Amino acid sequence: MAKLKEVSKKQDILSSGHRLCAGCGASIAVRQILSACDDPVVVASATGCLEVATTIYPYTSWRSSFIHNAFENAAATISGVEAMYQSLKKQGKIDKEMKFIAFGGDGGTYDIGLQSLSGALERGHDFVYVCYDNEAYMNTGIQRSSATPRGVWTTTSPCGEVIPGKTQYRKDLTGIIAAHKIPYVAQASIWRWSDLIDKAHKAFYTKGPAFLNVLSPCPRGWRFPSEKTIKMAKLSVQTNFWPLYEVENGKWKLNYKPKERKPVTEWMEPQGRYKNALRPENKQLVEEIQKDIDDNWERLLILCGEK
Amino acid sequence: MSKNTVAITGNDAAAYAIKQINPDVMAAYPITPQTALVQKFSEYVADGLVKTEFVTVESEHSAMSACVGAAAAGGRVMTATAANGLALMFEIVYIAASSKLPIVMPVVNRALSGPINIHCDHSDSMAARDSGWLQLYSENAQEAYDNTIQAIRIAENMKVRLPVMVMYDGFITSHGIEMVDFLDDEVVHNFVGDYQPNNPLLDPEKPLTYGPLDLYDYYFEHKRQQAEDIKNSKPIILDVAKEFEKISGRPYGLFESYQLEDAETAIVVLSSTAGTTKEVVDEMRAKGKKVGLLKPRVFRPFPYQEIAKALSHLKAVAILDRSDSFGAFGGPLFTEIRSAMMEFGKIPENIDIIYGLGGRDINEQDIEGVYNQLDAIAKSGKVKERIQYLGVRE
Ligand SMILES: Cc1ncc(C[n+]2csc(CCOP(=O)(O)OP(=O)(O)O)c2C)c(N)n1
Ligand code: SF4
Ligand SMILES: [Mg+2]
Repeated sequence: MAKLKEVSKKQDILSSGHRLCAGCGASIAVRQILSACDDPVVVASATGCLEVATTIYPYTSWRSSFIHNAFENAAATISGVEAMYQSLKKQGKIDKEMKFIAFGGDGGTYDIGLQSLSGALERGHDFVYVCYDNEAYMNTGIQRSSATPRGVWTTTSPCGEVIPGKTQYRKDLTGIIAAHKIPYVAQASIWRWSDLIDKAHKAFYTKGPAFLNVLSPCPRGWRFPSEKTIKMAKLSVQTNFWPLYEVENGKWKLNYKPKERKPVTEWMEPQGRYKNALRPENKQLVEEIQKDIDDNWERLLILCGEK
Repeated sequence: MSKNTVAITGNDAAAYAIKQINPDVMAAYPITPQTALVQKFSEYVADGLVKTEFVTVESEHSAMSACVGAAAAGGRVMTATAANGLALMFEIVYIAASSKLPIVMPVVNRALSGPINIHCDHSDSMAARDSGWLQLYSENAQEAYDNTIQAIRIAENMKVRLPVMVMYDGFITSHGIEMVDFLDDEVVHNFVGDYQPNNPLLDPEKPLTYGPLDLYDYYFEHKRQQAEDIKNSKPIILDVAKEFEKISGRPYGLFESYQLEDAETAIVVLSSTAGTTKEVVDEMRAKGKKVGLLKPRVFRPFPYQEIAKALSHLKAVAILDRSDSFGAFGGPLFTEIRSAMMEFGKIPENIDIIYGLGGRDINEQDIEGVYNQLDAIAKSGKVKERIQYLGVRE
C-alpha cells in the first residue's frame, strides 16, 4: 500500500506553477498517479484543460518528456511512442526501462478519442491510459459530453423552458474498456489516494495496456467552492455515484463499500450545476437518478461476486 | 538487363523500397489503391524480413498520430495512404510538419470523395499542398521506388527535418506492371544511413515537451521559421539527387525537361500523364513540330524561379491540372506556374487544362489536340478560353 511519507518525498513530475484552476481535481489525479511510477516516463496528453494549462509556450510544467498531439489521439500518439521504444529496444539501441502514459479528459476519451483508445488497447501496446473525468468539456467552456450525468446544466445542455439540463445518463466507459479484456482496468478517486496510487502502480507495472478512470472534480464547471474538491470526490464515492473497483485479468473486484450509501442529493446539493434538477418540480428526476445509481450498484455487486 | 531488373507494380516497388529502407516504425491503414503496398509490407513483417515495428492502426487518423508519436520518440518512421485516408489524417498531417518530424509517406493519388471514386486524380495530395510537407511526384514505378528512397535522406537531413510525401498515380502506376531496376539492399542501407535522432522523447536525461500551446506571442514566428525551413530544402533535394545518381545512374532534379530547350510550345504535367506526353512529343517532333514537355517532380517546395525560367522562351504553354480548385482561377499547378512566370518580363501565352478527374482517361489524341491548340495560340497570339476542361461531357 502506498505510504504518504514515501509518496511525499518524490519529486512531482507535474511541477507547480501550472495554470490549472485552484482546486482542480485533474492536477491532483495526475500527481497521485505519476508518483506511482518508479521509472522514467513519457507522458502524452489530449487537448483539454490539462494540456493547455501546463504547456503554454515557452514554458512547460512537465519534468518528464511530454507530447501533446491533438484532441482525439492521445492513445494513438502514445502507441507510436511505445512502438518506437519496442523497436529500438529490440534492436539494442536503447536499454533503459521506460513507462508510457496518456491522459485524456472525458471529452478526449468517452467521445472524440474513443476510437483511437479502443484501437490502441486492442493492439496491446504496453501503456497506461488515464481518463481524468470532469464530466464535461471544461477547457472550451463547460459543454456536455457523454460523461455528463443526467440532470446537469452545461452550456450545451442548458436548463431551458422545456428541457431541464442533460436528459441522458452518462456512458459507462469503464465497462466498455473492461469489455476490451485488457489486463487491467480500474475506477478510482482522488479522495482514496492510497487506492488510486496502488492502482496506478499496478497499471504501470502490468504488461500490456491498462486503463484508469478517475473522477476529477472541477470547481469551475460543477459550480462548487475550490476548497471542496476532495469533499466532492468523497461524496461521489459515498453515494455510489462513482464506485471504486478494478478488473484484473477479467476478475472484477470492489474496492470500497460504504457502510450506508448516502442519498444522491448529498452529492448534488453542493454543486451549482444541479441547481435546476433540485427544484421541487423536478422531484421525479432526482428519484430516477437515484434509482439509476442503485441499479448500477446492484449490477456491480454481482459482477464483483459480492452478491 | 541487370539482374535487379524486375517486372513489378508500382505498389510492390514502393513496398520493396520500404523493405530496403527498413524503418523502425511503420503505422498504416489500407485504402485502395494503396492497399497492395500495405499487404506486401505485412508479408515482409510476417516473414521477419524487416526490423520494423508495424502498427496496424484502426484508421488513418491514428496512423498519422502514431507516426507523430513514433517520430518524436526518435526513429525512422513511414506510412502510406491515398485520398480519403489522407483527408482523414489531415489534422495530424499539419501537426507532423509543424513538429518537424521527418516522416516519409507514399501517397497513391486517388480522387477525393464525393462522390466516392477509387481512381486517379491529384485532388488528394493537392489538398495537402499547404500542410508544410515536401511533395515529390513520380511518373512511373521506377520513380516511385527512387523517390521513396531519396525522400528518407531529404526528410532526415539536419537542415530540413520535414516530412515528405511521395506521389504516384493510383492504378495507372500502382497496379500497372513495369520494369523496375532495384538497387541492392546494401546500397540502399548505405545510402539512407543510420537514423540521427534530433530531440527524441526517449531520452530521460533530456526531457522535453512536444506540441505546446503556442499563442499570438510566438505562433507567427514559428510559422515564419517553417516557411524558411521548407525553402531551404531545395538545395538538399538536389544534393541527394546527385548522390542518388551515383548509386543508380538515374538523374533527378526539381523537374524533368523533355525536348524543351528549343521548343515553341510545351505542356506542363505531373506524373504518369507525362509518360504519355513524351510519346506524343516524339511523334510530333518526327513531323517537325517544335513541342516540348516539363514534368515537375518537386511541387513543395515549389521551384517557381527554375520552372518560370525554363518556360520563359516558349510562345505558348498548357498547364495540365489533374485536380480542380473550385472557384479559383484555374487548378493549383496553373495558378502557381502562371504566378511564377510574372517574375520574368516576357510571359508565354498560357492555358489551364483540367483533365482526368476521377480516373477519366486521357489519350495521345487528347494531348496532341492540346499541342495543336497551343500552335494556334502561338500563331494568333489569342487565347479563346483560359481555363478549360478536357474530356468531360458538358
Ligand atoms: C478536433 C477538435 N475538435 C474540437 C476541439 C475543441 N476542444 C478542445 S479541448 C475540448 C474539450 C476538452 O474536453 P475534455 O476532454 O473533457 O477535457 P477538459 O477540458 O474537460 O479537461 C474541445 C471541444 C479541438 N481542439 N479539436
Ligand atoms: S476548468 Fe475545471 S478542469 Fe479545467 S482547470 Fe479549471 S478546475 Fe480544472
Ligand atoms: Mg472534461
